[in-house]
Amino acid sequence: MTVMTFGRAINAGLRKAMDQDPKVVLMGEDIGKLGGVFRITDGLQKDFGAHRVIDTPLAESGIMGTAVGLAYRGYRPVVEIQFDGFIYPAFDQIVCQVAKLHYRTQGNVKMPITIRVPFGGGIGSPEHHSESPEAYFTHTSGLRVVSVSNPQDAYTMIQQAIASDDPVLYFEPKRRYHTKGEVDEAADLSQAPAVGAASVVTQGSDVTLVTYGPLVSTARDVAIAASDDGVSVEVIDLRSLSPIDFEPLEASVRKTGRLVITHEAAQFGGLGAEIAASITERCFNYLEAAPVRVTGFDIPYPPSKFESHHLPDLDRIMDGIDRAMGRPNSLSALEGK
Amino acid sequence: MAEVHLPTTEFEEADAAHGNQHGVTDEPNADAEPMVSLLSVEGELTRDETYSPYLDALSAEELLSFYSDMATVRRFDQEATALQRQGELAMWVPMTGQEGAQIGSGRASKPADYIFPTYREHGVALTRGLDLSLLLRQFRGVSNAGWDPRETNFHMYTLVLAAQTLHAVGYAMGMARDVAAGLAEAAATIAYFGDGASSEGDVHESMVFAASYQAPVVFFCQNNRWAISVPFEVQSKVPLVRRAGGYGFPGIRVDGNDVLAVYAVTQWALEHARSGKGPVLIEADTYRLGAHTTADDPTKYRDRAQEDAWRLKDPLLRLEKYLRSLGLADDEFFAKVSAVGDELAAHVRAAVVTMSAKDIGASFANVYATAHPLIAEESAWQRAYEASFADAEGVAE
Repeated sequence: MTVMTFGRAINAGLRKAMDQDPKVVLMGEDIGKLGGVFRITDGLQKDFGAHRVIDTPLAESGIMGTAVGLAYRGYRPVVEIQFDGFIYPAFDQIVCQVAKLHYRTQGNVKMPITIRVPFGGGIGSPEHHSESPEAYFTHTSGLRVVSVSNPQDAYTMIQQAIASDDPVLYFEPKRRYHTKGEVDEAADLSQAPAVGAASVVTQGSDVTLVTYGPLVSTARDVAIAASDDGVSVEVIDLRSLSPIDFEPLEASVRKTGRLVITHEAAQFGGLGAEIAASITERCFNYLEAAPVRVTGFDIPYPPSKFESHHLPDLDRIMDGIDRAMGRPNSLSALEGK
Repeated sequence: MAEVHLPTTEFEEADAAHGNQHGVTDEPNADAEPMVSLLSVEGELTRDETYSPYLDALSAEELLSFYSDMATVRRFDQEATALQRQGELAMWVPMTGQEGAQIGSGRASKPADYIFPTYREHGVALTRGLDLSLLLRQFRGVSNAGWDPRETNFHMYTLVLAAQTLHAVGYAMGMARDVAAGLAEAAATIAYFGDGASSEGDVHESMVFAASYQAPVVFFCQNNRWAISVPFEVQSKVPLVRRAGGYGFPGIRVDGNDVLAVYAVTQWALEHARSGKGPVLIEADTYRLGAHTTADDPTKYRDRAQEDAWRLKDPLLRLEKYLRSLGLADDEFFAKVSAVGDELAAHVRAAVVTMSAKDIGASFANVYATAHPLIAEESAWQRAYEASFADAEGVAE
């Protein structure tokens, strides 16, 4: 076990994947000498060469479209999108080409492309640098979407994503890059949890709290705070956003009867809506209360001085728990309770 | 002649060649723009020191086959149009008028080269050895693409304009890597696109990437003058070939209805690309004689006179004149070519009417390369649902 930051864990995972497969090439803006704006690819160009760690022209559709061509030729491109809000110029290539080429070719051409996206808010950036666009991609058939929440998963899942014969969007919670954790670099990848598997990170019996990426550590804090209030919270880290591993969610909700989902992305049409609907369909008879969503507001990401009011935090999620538990909450006055 | 036709990346030379200082002109389709043309409308061949040697190397059989390829794909195009009119295809994308640009460029490619077409390159498909009936699967609605692209190095048709130009560049980057690693022989890609698609950002980005990495790609633009109903003048105020200078690679404008000139120019460009010197842009000046697709009506947006003027430049007619003048072809040859076309048309018709879509189950296959629980669940439900309509004997109603 080695203690390393989240960012360093991704770096180590990339390094291992490149060591093991000469067809793995990294592409992106400023990822070479600079090591990326977040330094995630720090030192990789020096060690693997400019032909393996490619500084690209500043054009996201160009990066994605040429990655398609490289994958077509048998390479495994790992594309870095510099910030979440800059992925949209590549949207057409991702949705119409990356996602569909395996299908269109009846399986003859694989698209093993990994798209790394630093996402989410909380770092005081100007607009377009704090977005959570994951639902655009979970809505697209042909893509796999994951989000990592801790250094060990970051290390393991980047390698799993690169090894996947399907295209994978890998959402990195940028505000957690400096979080440290233990990473087992010697771990056998084949023994690691499946990339699609959700994990129960905190066991509990009163309410199920589902989240992913940056809010997993917040959710852990919520579980601790709630237990002081006498509420036992089970926290589930989705890890994979598409497909969703519903079994542990169902098992948990059958036990707790209450479901809270939290994410930074806006509420309408988001992952929370999908999970609430699916769990309601699957566990209707077990639910003691309507599922509750605690999310970013349905507004453009606000100026960063307001982001602490926009992002779900411990208090907002605790309020959601209170709603699910039928305790006094932010809606009580409105509901006349 | 050669220095006028030959591409340059020197801005001064380019400006001098175009006779102005800023590369801006009021005549977007300036007929004055230099253009490689070897075989005249009258069927007379002129010599060019750069490009004629590529023609000198052609045997009589090869010259004749240029004609038969053009005639065959035109016959195919007519049959596909008829099949659409008869309700056998949902839609068809005619290419008549562009045979010279397509057969000439396709014939210049080698098997190891990789072709990234738009959705109108039926002639190029023929030169790659594809069974043309497979092109119709997509237009009959039984498949999103009808063939394994790896068998002929001919990618599926891309309907999102210009997206494939980037794929061609990325693929070419991969080819260059494989050559450098000693894993492959030198080869190149051809990225086809049209005058309409030239306005798409992906064409710009593909040229930036190709230039930056000196990728072995030939950008082959068939300027057929019309993007559905919008004339070329709305896409560009200057001939497209001039853009190459801005990216720093050679650009060549060629008479797209002169199959021999297109062949020679594309040979030159592919050799340039394969030898590691980077990309080339070819603008083939041609004309879409028919509609954009069978869903469109050209009489609503263009004059018959313009079509008539272009019919005089027909790529088949001028090669026929040339072959007859050389004594290489007589009426018997042309009758034979016509019979080969009819045979292909009959094959295509017979193949199309048997193309059916019986089992939607196949549509759940290959969404992902590896197992996916949601797709598996929906597929299983769909099978059970359809089965619930079966009668006691198990026959679906």
